[in-house]
Amino acid sequence: MPLFTAQEDPGANFPELLRRMDLLPAVGAGSVDLQVPHATTCVALTFSDGVVMAGDRRATSGHLISHRSMEKVVEADRFSGVAIAGAAGPAMEMIKLFQLQLEHYEKVEGAGLSLEGKANQLSMMVRSNLPAAMQGMIVVPLFAGFDQRRGLGRLWAYDVTGGRYEEHEYVATGSGSLHASTVIKVAYRPDMGRAEAVALAARSLWEAADADSATGGPDTLRRIYPVVATITSAGWQRLDDTEVAQIYTEIAGANQR
Amino acid sequence: MSMPFYVAPEQVMKDRADYARKGIARGRALVAVRYEDGIALVAENPSETLRKISEIYDRIAFAGVGKYNEFDQLRVAGVRAADLKGYQYSRDDVDARSLANQYAQIVGQIFTHEMKPMEVEILVAEIGVEPAQDQMFHVLYDGTVFDQRDHAALGGDADAINTRLNETFREGFTLEQAAKVAVAALSGPDRVIAHSDLEMAVLSRGATRRCFRRIPESQVTSMLTG
Repeated sequence: MPLFTAQEDPGANFPELLRRMDLLPAVGAGSVDLQVPHATTCVALTFSDGVVMAGDRRATSGHLISHRSMEKVVEADRFSGVAIAGAAGPAMEMIKLFQLQLEHYEKVEGAGLSLEGKANQLSMMVRSNLPAAMQGMIVVPLFAGFDQRRGLGRLWAYDVTGGRYEEHEYVATGSGSLHASTVIKVAYRPDMGRAEAVALAARSLWEAADADSATGGPDTLRRIYPVVATITSAGWQRLDDTEVAQIYTEIAGANQR
Repeated sequence: MSMPFYVAPEQVMKDRADYARKGIARGRALVAVRYEDGIALVAENPSETLRKISEIYDRIAFAGVGKYNEFDQLRVAGVRAADLKGYQYSRDDVDARSLANQYAQIVGQIFTHEMKPMEVEILVAEIGVEPAQDQMFHVLYDGTVFDQRDHAALGGDADAINTRLNETFREGFTLEQAAKVAVAALSGPDRVIAHSDLEMAVLSRGATRRCFRRIPESQVTSMLTG
């Protein structure tokens, strides 16, 4: 059981605890072009009750689809979610460590971090991934949540250096982000209701998948649909696959010529 | 050079045990009672912020009595051990038995090797997927571990509380029944504990991953008076 003296105590910082226990992997120097699976388009936008997050399910290695049902939009804790684009391995590890850090902090301190504190924490994790990013293992997350102190949905975008940028309307990341954010940009209104916001997020992924080979659209054959979730005062709620399927059926119907 | 006085090891251990027991008896007691859907933990604690009961992991809770800074240090060590194990292996591999053993090692080591023993008693409770897998481990100031199935009492007056619980505990309690029995056992026949002086939490076999939940005072009141 890890016991520390008062001077050496790592506090509520889980990554620091891992470092003390020699459990954080070292990153080697030098540059190699590794072919690792990459995960792609994710979006987040605010609406009247909070935020919507959505992400496709495809992971690619070069031109090969390496995974069809990857979940890149996940619950970080009850009132926040994180979406990740980039090298799948480090991205999934970062999500796991981030979720653990939020829970660890809450348990050790007896109270959860503020939403801004969580966004800042993620920023530090992205920054610590910078040496790996220089070797092509780039991880660029989105963070969104419901700020219980202010009673509104907030979202943040990041860059590889850990730069943290709060956005007030919408944000997209990954290879299809240009297409996805354009779709949202044209139709976005700050007072949208849940149904409208969810449909717009789904629509943006549809267009991204249409134009970007590394983004997966709805896979009706295998019944794999993008992950769509809302975060409101009621917390994180992932939409049922049947509801997402219904939205895509409508989009497909409207697009039929 | 002067020779140190010889003190028999029996005497050293007895003195330390008396010291620890005295420290623990000064504080208020705590009980844990199993009910149909989980384990209820109730402590007599006038403080709203310094907790005696807390969450360790998805299905594991920690409770301590005695010196606050000492059991809080053990609580944090437990959270760390559990989170590290879950990170390295799997969330399913974190269990109360191994945590209780680690606690017993630490507390026992300090009891025999340090000047001052820890003035604490702790409880590590875990709920299983089925009621039959529920477990409670009671660790004493000298590292002795007991495993307890239906109920546990910690702190000063624990023997009397245990006697009361033995008489009143029934299999298949609802949460309300368990809470009433726990509070009645804590207070005894001729004392009433104000609801604001009760700290209550449950490990509840529900649909969510994290089973630990604190019960706010308003709900404690409605449970005990309803």
